[in-house]
Amino acid sequence: MKKVVPFRQGKLNVDKITLAHGAGGKAMQDLIDDVFVAGFDNANLNTLEDQARFDLSSLAANGDRLAMTTDSYVVDPLFFPGGDIGKLAVSGTVNDLAVGGAKPLYLSCGMIIEEGFSIESLRNIVTSMKHTADQAGVTIVTGDTKVVHKNAADKLFINTTGIGVIPSGVEVAATQACSGDVIICNGYIGDHGAAIVDARGELAIENTIESDCQPLASLIEAILGCGSDIHCMRDATRGGIATVLNEFAQASRVGMRIFDSALPVRAEVRGMCEILGLDPLYLANEGKLLAIVAPQNAEQVLQTMKSHPSGLDATIIGEVINKPVGRVLLKTGFGGERIVDTLIGEQLPRIC
Amino acid sequence: MKFVDEFRDPVHAKNLTKQIKLLAAQLSASDKQPLQLMEFCGGHTHTIFRHSIGQLLPRNIETVHGPGCPVCVLPMGRVDDCVALATHPEVIFTTFGDAMRVPGSKKSLLQARADGADVRMVYSPLDALSLARKNPEREVVFFAIGFETTMPSTALTVQQAKQEGINNFSLFCNHITTVPTIKAILDSPDMRIDGFLAPGHVSMVVGEQPFEFISQVYKKPLVITGFEPLDILQSIYMLLQQIVDKRCEVENQYYRVVPSQGNTVALKAIQDVFELRSFFEWRGLGSIDHSGVKMREDYAAFDAEKKFDLPLLKIADPKSCQCGEVLKGAIRPWECKQFGQACRPETPMGALMVSTEGACAAYYNFGDVDRLLERRDVDTPTAEVSA
Repeated sequence: MKKVVPFRQGKLNVDKITLAHGAGGKAMQDLIDDVFVAGFDNANLNTLEDQARFDLSSLAANGDRLAMTTDSYVVDPLFFPGGDIGKLAVSGTVNDLAVGGAKPLYLSCGMIIEEGFSIESLRNIVTSMKHTADQAGVTIVTGDTKVVHKNAADKLFINTTGIGVIPSGVEVAATQACSGDVIICNGYIGDHGAAIVDARGELAIENTIESDCQPLASLIEAILGCGSDIHCMRDATRGGIATVLNEFAQASRVGMRIFDSALPVRAEVRGMCEILGLDPLYLANEGKLLAIVAPQNAEQVLQTMKSHPSGLDATIIGEVINKPVGRVLLKTGFGGERIVDTLIGEQLPRIC
Repeated sequence: MKFVDEFRDPVHAKNLTKQIKLLAAQLSASDKQPLQLMEFCGGHTHTIFRHSIGQLLPRNIETVHGPGCPVCVLPMGRVDDCVALATHPEVIFTTFGDAMRVPGSKKSLLQARADGADVRMVYSPLDALSLARKNPEREVVFFAIGFETTMPSTALTVQQAKQEGINNFSLFCNHITTVPTIKAILDSPDMRIDGFLAPGHVSMVVGEQPFEFISQVYKKPLVITGFEPLDILQSIYMLLQQIVDKRCEVENQYYRVVPSQGNTVALKAIQDVFELRSFFEWRGLGSIDHSGVKMREDYAAFDAEKKFDLPLLKIADPKSCQCGEVLKGAIRPWECKQFGQACRPETPMGALMVSTEGACAAYYNFGDVDRLLERRDVDTPTAEVSA
C-alpha cells in the first residue's frame, strides 16, 4: 500500500481545542495529521483511508477465531500516579481481549473532546497510548474525533475497540471453573481504585499509591504457553476481584472460597481503606487478572507469572468449591466465613 | 499495619474465644434461649460481620445489632427534606458518602443528583465550609448527621463559620443522641437484652458517666468497646464475667481512646452550638424523647431549617416493616417477613437494610453462611437476587 504523507502535518499552531477541530475542515485535518497520525504513526493509519484494512491470511496465521471488544474510558483526573486515560484506554481493551485467550492485534480510537481542552495534554495522552500499544504489541489503526461544547463532556472521553485472534486450541471461559481448582491473582489488588481516590485530592492524605494500569497481553501469552490449562481468566477492573469471582461462581455453577490472610493488599491501600471504610475486594484494578487453574497446574502457572514483570507478586488467593453455588466466601483470619457479594452500586465511604 | 494488625491477631482471638466458652458454660442461657448482648453501634456490627465474630461465639450467646447506624435510622421525611433543599437552584448540598443512597419517600440524594440537583460528597464538614468560601454566590448546606461522634466536628465548623462571618453556609441538623435511645429500648416491653457493648467513639466524646443509669437503674452490665475484632471479643468476655459474677457495672475496654470524663473541649463545642430537641423521629423506632439536637438560637443564621422553607413532613414506615422488633432483639433479621423479599439492599424498605452497617444489610451482604444456606434451601430465589 502506498504511504501517504499527511498533507497538513506541522500546521497545528494553537494550544486549545475549539469546535473548529471537530468541524471537518482544515482545523480538524491539522489536528488529525499533527496529533493522531503523527502520534500513532503506523502504515495502516498513514494511508488516511476511512477504514483500516487487514490481510485475512495474516490474521488466520495467528489462530482460528477473531475476538472483538469495546470499552469507553471516562476517568477523573485524566492524569494520575501510574498512568493516564490514554494508557488506560489501550490497556483496558487489550486486557479484555487477552483474558479471552486472544492475541490482541488492532485497536480503534474514538475521542470525544470538550471544547477548550489543552492540545499539549492531548499530545501527551496520544504519546502514552502509542507507548502502551507498542508495549502490548497492538497497532491503533483507525480513529474518530468529535469536539463537543464546553460542559457537554468532562474534558476527554476515549473509546477503543480491539480486535484479536484466538489461537486454535485455546479455550478460556467463565463457565469452566471446577471444584478443587485454584484461584491465582497476579499481584496487589486495589491499587488503581485507591490511586484514583487519592489523585482526586479530596482527602488531605499524603500517599504514594500508584495505579497498576498496564497491558497484560504478554503475561497472558506466557501463562497460556506454559503448558497448563487455564480454565477461566478475567481482568478485575470496576467492582474489583469480588465482582469477577462472583461472575465465575455464577457462570460455572460452583462456589469460591478466598482467604483473607492470602489477599495481596499494599499497606498504603489497606490504610486508606481503613480510614474511608472501603473494601479492597471491591476497588478497581487496571492490571490485575484472576486465573482459575486445575490444582496440578497451579504451581507452574504461579511460577510463570512470577518470572514475568507483570506478575512478580502473583499469589494463590483461594480455591473453587462445590457449594454454595454462585457464591463467594471469604475465610476470615479468625477462621469464620462470610459471603462476599457483588455491590449494588458504587462503594461509598462510611460516615464514621 | 501497626494499630490495626495487633488488634486482629488470630492467636489472641483464639485464646479469648476459649475464655468466652468457659464463661458461657457457666451461664443458665441455652442455645434455644441464648444470652443477648447488644452492640449499639453500626461500626461494631460491621466489625462483627466483616470478621465473622458471631461464628466464634458459643451458641448460647447471641449479638443483637442495635440502632447505632445514623444513616439507617434517618426517617424518610428527613431525606425528603434533604432532597427539597438540594433541589433549590442556589444550593450546593454536601453530604457524607453513605447518606446519599438512603431512600426518601420519593427519591434518594443520588437520584436527586441524577435529576440535576447539585449534591456533593464530602469527607468532613470543613470540606463543606471551604466550598462555601469558594462559592460565595451559592448557599452551601451541610447534611449534619451522626451521633455524638460527629457532633463536635460539625459544631466546631459552625463556630468557625460564625467567626469568619461566612453567611452562605448552613447545616441541616440531623444529629442524634445515644443515651435517650438506649433508654427507649430498655423501656420497651418486648426488650430482651442482657448486656450492652457501648459505642466506643460516642464514649470518647461523652465519657463513661452518661451510661451509668443502665447499670444502676436498669441493672444491665455494659462495656465501652473499641472497633477492632479483639476489642469486641474482649468486651464480650468482660460482659460475661460481669454476668457470671452477678455484677452490673460500666466498664471501659476501650480505655486507650476513651477517657472516663470524655472530651471536655468537644462537649463544650456541642453545648455551645446545639440544644436537645423535645423529640426526634427514628426510622424503625418511631419518635423518641430528647433523642436529637437542634441548633441554638445564637446560630440560627446557620440553620438550614430556619433559612429555608422545608416540607418537614412525617412519613410513616411501611406497616409490614419489623425493624423495631429486630432492633430490640425480639426477632432476628432473617425472621422478618420482608427480609430478602420486598426488602433488599437495592430496594430497602426498612432502616436496617439501608447501609452496610445496618443489621439486615449486614446479614444480607456478609451472611451468616449456615443460616443463609438454610434459607436458600427453602427459598432459592432469595439467595440469587443479587446475581
